[in-house]
Amino acid sequence: MGIDRKDTELLTVTFDKGMPYEWSIGKYGSRFFQEIKEHKRFLGTRCPKCGRVLVPPRRICGPCFQELDELVELSDTGTIMAFSVVNYPFIDPATGIQRPIPYTYGYINIDGSDNIFSHIINETDANKIKVGMKVRAVFKESQEMEGNIQDIKHFEIIR
Amino acid sequence: MDKIAIVGASQTKYERRKKGEIFYDMIYEVTTKAMEDADYTLEDIDNVITVSNDFLDGRTISCMAVQEAAGAHDKNVSTIEGDGAFGAFYGAMRVLGGFGTTLVVAHSKGSEGDPKIITNAMFDPIYHRLLGLDAISSSALQASVYMERYGITEQQCALVSVKNHKNAKNNPYAQLPMDITVDDVMRSKKIADPIKLLDCSPISDGAAAIIIANEKRAKKARTKPIWIKGVAHCSDAYFLGDRDLADPISLKDASKKAYAMAGIKDPMSEIDVVELYDAFTYMEPLWLEGMGICDAGQGGQLIEKGITVMDGKLPVNPSGGVLSAHPVLVAGLVRIIEAALQIRGEAGDHQIKGAKTALAHGINGPCGQSHCVWILGSK
Repeated sequence: MGIDRKDTELLTVTFDKGMPYEWSIGKYGSRFFQEIKEHKRFLGTRCPKCGRVLVPPRRICGPCFQELDELVELSDTGTIMAFSVVNYPFIDPATGIQRPIPYTYGYINIDGSDNIFSHIINETDANKIKVGMKVRAVFKESQEMEGNIQDIKHFEIIR
Repeated sequence: MDKIAIVGASQTKYERRKKGEIFYDMIYEVTTKAMEDADYTLEDIDNVITVSNDFLDGRTISCMAVQEAAGAHDKNVSTIEGDGAFGAFYGAMRVLGGFGTTLVVAHSKGSEGDPKIITNAMFDPIYHRLLGLDAISSSALQASVYMERYGITEQQCALVSVKNHKNAKNNPYAQLPMDITVDDVMRSKKIADPIKLLDCSPISDGAAAIIIANEKRAKKARTKPIWIKGVAHCSDAYFLGDRDLADPISLKDASKKAYAMAGIKDPMSEIDVVELYDAFTYMEPLWLEGMGICDAGQGGQLIEKGITVMDGKLPVNPSGGVLSAHPVLVAGLVRIIEAALQIRGEAGDHQIKGAKTALAHGINGPCGQSHCVWILGSK
């Protein structure tokens, strides 16, 4: 008997299990989240060479290739530099739970810093948000905090 | 080939878990130390090669996250996804291609992902992954083929573990310096027959960096240049079953090419020290055979005769080798660094006296699918 190759059903193989990771947050990142938990405030680092304050705090200023060790206390307020109301579903990679849509992704210049911090803004009506608006961070209750970026619930517009 | 040299080198200490350090920290440490070693500033670095793997780092296009820590801001930067010996090969090509210097930086943290899942993922998803094949079980198959073919014994392999862990006692960067006996290895937990726990390399975190320079730029470095006399890499079939696992033909080909470039006719008498990629004990005799240090099947006896110990005729892995620290991707670059330190005479307590010519070796892919062979020299 010959082999019939005309009617081959094309098959696929599916894997749907995620790969687990345990990433170190590092010394500066750990301090950043501890400051949020203990004092509900942001920390940045200042470059001794170019003077830029970066948030979240980090060890090196890339352009200066300079080690940063000056921690700077920052405000919990900032300015919206850009935003997007997102209308497609997003699965939280840590929990596997889908975030309700729409939600608003914000690019925020934290007062006292020189770069942009990314987080969620709790306003999903695009007509009610404008670049340049002031926002304030809303934190979880300290006892609910887990030492990650979701310890900041969102930013709210200061009206 | 134009004259090119390794003029800077550095490595971190290797540890099971560097909890306090992110990739950025390890890369910054070895980048600055390699430049200090050469007495170079960032202006002396013409381009950068990073070495990373997305599954290991748990990040897509993992190279993009680490460039600044490697001093690559505003520089030409490119990446190798594979062992650091191959990253260094690319770095050497860039110097030969016109850059005056190349910095090559490799990092990995075996502690952050699941090595069994990650190494399982290097296999074919249709035919092999669902079987559970990973770095250990595939190597157990290779060990089995090799030992069956030539009558290599588990005791002979155990001697490699005893030797390399003992050598590691003289290397401050090593993770597993140990005084153990053949009996300890033989009695250690069975992992995948014939491989036992003490036949295996550990899970490690760490980073390493080298700077390669052309002849003109090498003169500006503080260090004695370690010349790249010959280098080659060759690759074999992807499916294990399409290869003869006891006959590493890609290593044979790469060695022959590297020897021809370096003018080496009798490697056993012309090479002073070897640093090779011993992820498992059986790999040391098998790779020595592939390198033509001895005939096929003679690797076990070579070990038994004590030829490869510190004061033997041809010391192999005086650093303690990969068995004593296995930061994946970094490990091949470390072999090059250790070979260079031997020729510089800066290998500290594991120095091989008067080493002038060294062989360094890295592998990529399951069971040494591809091999990269380096011949380094003092002149």
